[in-house]
Amino acid sequence: MTRAGNLLLGLGLLLLAACSDTWNDPYPGSAADANVVYSAFAERPKHLDPARSYSSNEVEFTGQIYEPPLQYHFLKRPYELIPLTADAVPRPRYQDGRGRPLADDAPAAQIAQSVYEIRIRPGIRYQPHPAFARDAAGRYRYHALAAGFVAEKRQIADFEHTGTRELVAADYVYQIKRLAHPGLSSPIFGLMSEHIVGLQALGETLQKAAQTGHGTRLDLRAFSLEGAEVVDRYTYRIRIKGKYPQFIYWLAMPFFAPIPWEAEVFYAQPGMADRNFTLDWQPVGTGPFYLAENDPNRRMVLKKNPNFHGETYPDAGSEADRAAGLLADAGRALPLIDGAVFSLEKETIPYWSKFLQGYYDSSGISSDSFDQAVTFSAGGDPQLTDSMRAQHIRLVTTVATSLWYVGFNMLDPVVGGLGEDRRKLRQALSIAFDYDEYISIFLNGRGIPAQGPIPPGMFGHVEGVKGINPHVYEVHEGRIQRRPIEAARSLLAEAGYPDGRNAKTGEPLVLYFDTMASGPDAKARLDWMKKQLDKLNVQLVVRGTDYNRFQDKIRKGNAQLFEWGWNADYPDPENFFFLLYGPHKKVGTGGENAANYDNPEFNRLFERMKDMDNGPQRQQVIDQMQEIVRRDAPWIFAYYPKSFGLVHGWVTNVKPNLMANNTLKYRRIDPPRRAQRRIEWNRPVLWPIGAGALVLVAVIAPAVIAWRRHEKKVA
Amino acid sequence: MLSYILRRLLYAIPILIGVNLLTFALFFVVNTPDDMARLQLGAKHVTAEAIERWKTEHGYDKPLLLNEAATGMEKLTNTIFFQHSAAMFAFRFGKGDDGRDIGNEIRTRMGPSLAIALPVFVIGLLVNITFALLMVFFRSTYLDLGGVVLCVMLMSISGLFYIIAGQYFVAKLWNLLPISGFADGADALRFILLPVLVSVVAGIGSGARWYRTIFIEEIGKDYVRTARAKGLSEVRVLFRHVLKNGMIPILTGAVVVLPLLFMGSLITESFFGIPGLGSYTIDAIQAQDFAVVRAMVFLGSFLYIVGLILTDISYSWVDPRVRLR
Repeated sequence: MTRAGNLLLGLGLLLLAACSDTWNDPYPGSAADANVVYSAFAERPKHLDPARSYSSNEVEFTGQIYEPPLQYHFLKRPYELIPLTADAVPRPRYQDGRGRPLADDAPAAQIAQSVYEIRIRPGIRYQPHPAFARDAAGRYRYHALAAGFVAEKRQIADFEHTGTRELVAADYVYQIKRLAHPGLSSPIFGLMSEHIVGLQALGETLQKAAQTGHGTRLDLRAFSLEGAEVVDRYTYRIRIKGKYPQFIYWLAMPFFAPIPWEAEVFYAQPGMADRNFTLDWQPVGTGPFYLAENDPNRRMVLKKNPNFHGETYPDAGSEADRAAGLLADAGRALPLIDGAVFSLEKETIPYWSKFLQGYYDSSGISSDSFDQAVTFSAGGDPQLTDSMRAQHIRLVTTVATSLWYVGFNMLDPVVGGLGEDRRKLRQALSIAFDYDEYISIFLNGRGIPAQGPIPPGMFGHVEGVKGINPHVYEVHEGRIQRRPIEAARSLLAEAGYPDGRNAKTGEPLVLYFDTMASGPDAKARLDWMKKQLDKLNVQLVVRGTDYNRFQDKIRKGNAQLFEWGWNADYPDPENFFFLLYGPHKKVGTGGENAANYDNPEFNRLFERMKDMDNGPQRQQVIDQMQEIVRRDAPWIFAYYPKSFGLVHGWVTNVKPNLMANNTLKYRRIDPPRRAQRRIEWNRPVLWPIGAGALVLVAVIAPAVIAWRRHEKKVA
Repeated sequence: MLSYILRRLLYAIPILIGVNLLTFALFFVVNTPDDMARLQLGAKHVTAEAIERWKTEHGYDKPLLLNEAATGMEKLTNTIFFQHSAAMFAFRFGKGDDGRDIGNEIRTRMGPSLAIALPVFVIGLLVNITFALLMVFFRSTYLDLGGVVLCVMLMSISGLFYIIAGQYFVAKLWNLLPISGFADGADALRFILLPVLVSVVAGIGSGARWYRTIFIEEIGKDYVRTARAKGLSEVRVLFRHVLKNGMIPILTGAVVVLPLLFMGSLITESFFGIPGLGSYTIDAIQAQDFAVVRAMVFLGSFLYIVGLILTDISYSWVDPRVRLR
């Protein structure tokens, strides 16, 4: 039995050894030196339809496949929009209520419509796809399929014929109409219908048509949309209500990418959805890659689009970019890789191990492996550990365009309101919550204490001493430091709570903190929060709740203190300040202002700032707004997260770009070097097999001996 | 026997309706369709209109159990419960919130789940029974005591530890097998070995202890004394007679789980990147994808009932005294 077992094990391992140079290679059948990026995704994407996908794990794919008219420059900072399929970044033309043109600097109140005219470059072609395939007579091969034909197909590649066609302006208009499609539930329909002329009405029309159509496909070409019209083959026009300068940023998101009508006709045929052949799962784009394999349960494979229109690597960047080698590929045709393999990796431990084995080209750093990867110098700068350096791994850090904050419900009778006493109470609490300490304890230094709503890297953020929140921080001997807890106690007393007790009733001040956090890690964090208020002799009661109940409390204004965050949609301060704009209050309007903050002065400045172009005047208004929210303190500004990433030495052209989602095309790798490293790092260690066999024998032998003795004794 | 099986299958229908109703009630007590819509639509730019559109798209815009506005049978049929549940009895599960066909997903994911669960079940059963019989063979000796102590030790260690330790030593330190992943065909072998090995080892403690208890009870019975008196060797007594008579309690535990092997293992699949039904279920629970949760609970209940019927049938095979009527 033991011998047979060992033989089987030996045979099995021999088989494995015959499979590849490395026994633990998780990519069977793949050439180790292929010019392919290996990456992972932790959560399977839900939607790949550009009208629906919004999550970062979805845009990671759609960003490489679909091409909106604009994109962000890969290297330039602050972030700059440049054309992608458009021939230029459009400038809005303004019109008054009668359609007469207005000057560029016309007051926002006079502007009835902003008109964006976008011209796309001719000659751009879609990826090969059966939806475009035609027969010799010019008829579409797969637009009227017989029942049962689709049942034989398992993947799009099973369709024998493919075709392509040129990208036209109508495809962009078609996609804008899709935002209003009742069957798609686009997450931005509500927002866009406030801005795009006629989109709301189109949504209602389509809703009625869907109800009366009894399940038949809505052909959007038959419906007109006033706010999106085709001018000529390569030009289309978008009409926006009033002035909305931030709209230009939406034109760099996949929501505004083109969709060919042929794809919708193709996927709408009977049996297609049953095989998961839908636009939501099988994208059709013009981008540098197409989705060659879509198995979100296992892996997603992107391959180079043979019809890609020949974009080149940017040749403009900073001196620092040049020094970092980020301009070495300037002018080279994109993409620089032949494809990318994304494997589903839900757990951080196997992800990290595979990265160290060279099977993933890049990785984030989880809390579990942080100490293994990063140390901090005496000056507080993050550095790689010796073991990481020995593997020629590089550390890439960036401050996210995100903000975490603790919000006060401004409708709450204890902490809310704009009265001086409540303001001082909130300021006192803002000082007491020492987020410098929090970042050190819970984030391994991966964050920057927030001084206001606008994170670094965005227009409006002011660095250094000039940019501090003077109500929470002070400058001492040239260094920025948190104001002492005595200052908080003093403010608390002025607010009517000396030593944490109500001056009138003598009752202790008890505050309630609503959170979705749970589990052992969360307990430590919540204990820390209680400890912060202990410093003021204020009690904090933590009310744990699930996601739905938490949302419900916020919506109804039943929370007192809560923790929340925001990740920028686009690099404009409006995208953060609107979270504090009075008319966007959560209670009553269902807006995004979860704190229900409503300061008329701030609202007035917001309305002015949002329509201004970046410049000194806008900065001045922003500074005023910053001062108001810092003084009113509807939020405790917690921190701007800092992301740490690791890349192997064979990966180049890595520069974090928090706005762009199509950066895979710039990535370059050195496949022979990677293949060599994988062999070096993954040589099988064979002695444990022998040792295991010995242990097995050592365990079984006494039993066999004892059994024989027993049998002899019986005999 | 056929009439017995048919009768049991008919009994299954009200049980499945009850399970379905209970799942439905539990799920909707915790979550309203509005909650589900908000979770699916994300945290940004969610308007009341968007929620309504999502509900309409997914058929959650109807009353839950009773449609007061409807007439006749539509009072019952034009409801969320009926429209989302009736089709399941024909094994038509509809679509998940991600738009993918649930039936298709189940068919696709069943293979990887079975690829892990079946070897673990068979090898685990063989190893555990053999180990338990050896302990019984050496009962009341230090080897038996050592075996029991080992079993208790193995039982005391968290299942997660075996996974992490297995991945660390076998895949990371010794580079013998891939740490996680899955492939089709013969390539699957290299991905299956480690999770199977880890799962078998993790199950030895509790399995062997349980079977040892069964066999110890059997070994004190008269027929064993008779067999020994006839001069049969101890090995023959254990592996022929005790094992056969101990099969009823073994079958109770083993056959009933046989159909459930399709459902996969939640943690093992997640850590080893196995695209099976276990990870599908846990993902659906986390994402509050009611359609998938309901389908998996229905399938689980159905397979459990099948398992119970199979157990009854197996009784009659191993014990001629049992007759199914």
